[in-house]
Amino acid sequence: MGKFQKKRGKSTPEVSTASLPDIIFMLLFFFMMVTVMRDSELKVTNNVPYATELTKLEKKSLVNYLHIGKPLKKYQAQYGTKPQLQLGDKFSTIADIPLFLEKHKSTLPEKQRPGINSSLKVDGEVTMGIVTDVKQKLRKSGQLKVNYSAKKRPD
Amino acid sequence: MARKTREAPAVNAGSMADIAFLLLIFFLVTTTIDVDKGVLVKLPPWSEEEPDITEMKTRNVYSVLVNAQDQLLVRGEPQSVKTLRANAKEFIMNPNKRDDMAEKPTKAIISIKNDRGTSYKTYLEVYNELKAAYNELREEMANRKHGKSFEFLSKDQRRAIRAAIPLVISESEPTNFGDEN
Repeated sequence: MGKFQKKRGKSTPEVSTASLPDIIFMLLFFFMMVTVMRDSELKVTNNVPYATELTKLEKKSLVNYLHIGKPLKKYQAQYGTKPQLQLGDKFSTIADIPLFLEKHKSTLPEKQRPGINSSLKVDGEVTMGIVTDVKQKLRKSGQLKVNYSAKKRPD
Repeated sequence: MARKTREAPAVNAGSMADIAFLLLIFFLVTTTIDVDKGVLVKLPPWSEEEPDITEMKTRNVYSVLVNAQDQLLVRGEPQSVKTLRANAKEFIMNPNKRDDMAEKPTKAIISIKNDRGTSYKTYLEVYNELKAAYNELREEMANRKHGKSFEFLSKDQRRAIRAAIPLVISESEPTNFGDEN
């Protein structure tokens, strides 16, 4: 017993946990950096269809999202059941698209602007009418890079 | 007097790790790792004047029509989405040198026309199949020429293959027969 205590006291000190908070803080800051808070609440149905030829959208800051779908139950009294366009966190019309794109563009430095992608998150049940109108407006606004959001088809 | 000699107790920093852990877990939970994926499309630039329908030979055009009932009409014949990919591949490459298919891959044009009442799901499925046809052809060519998968090729090799099999999918103004919802 005495022998044991003696050895411990002398040679191997305990591993210091003093740096543990620092390590945790490091991780914390990492996650704080990568976290993108969901900035808009979905007000339309959004069940995107399946596809196989998918491309990942790498830089989230370079992407703007256009949601198209039927208004959710609680908004149906006000907006009806026809498919609606949602930009940011509110229902919008096709005419609001250029301003929306411009607003997003202005948050980015000049150099990155050609890389902007528009992600069309369209519900599978929606008919092409409104999608075509949105696409046409995007073309008129010079936003040609479009990504039809889709899920990977399970094999 | 007694007070002066006593040292002020240091603030216990032991709980710092716990606080940091709490925050860490919060951010871990709120972080969305799922990357947005989708079918990448480049829209044609907008122009006011009508696109001129130059004398394109009908043999080079692979027209796909989708009506409001989500049915397909491919080159005048009804078809299902399932056979679309294989047919499109045959049309583009024309391995048997048939005279009703594309002269060569660079001249092949795929034209999609849908109705305003077509469901988005079907439209995307059709688009996906056609894009898949092109991707598969490029993949096959990469394997044949370089013995490697397309994604492992160098930039120049990829460009060469893209030039040999250019992806041309044109979309015309949709018709307006079906009901929209």
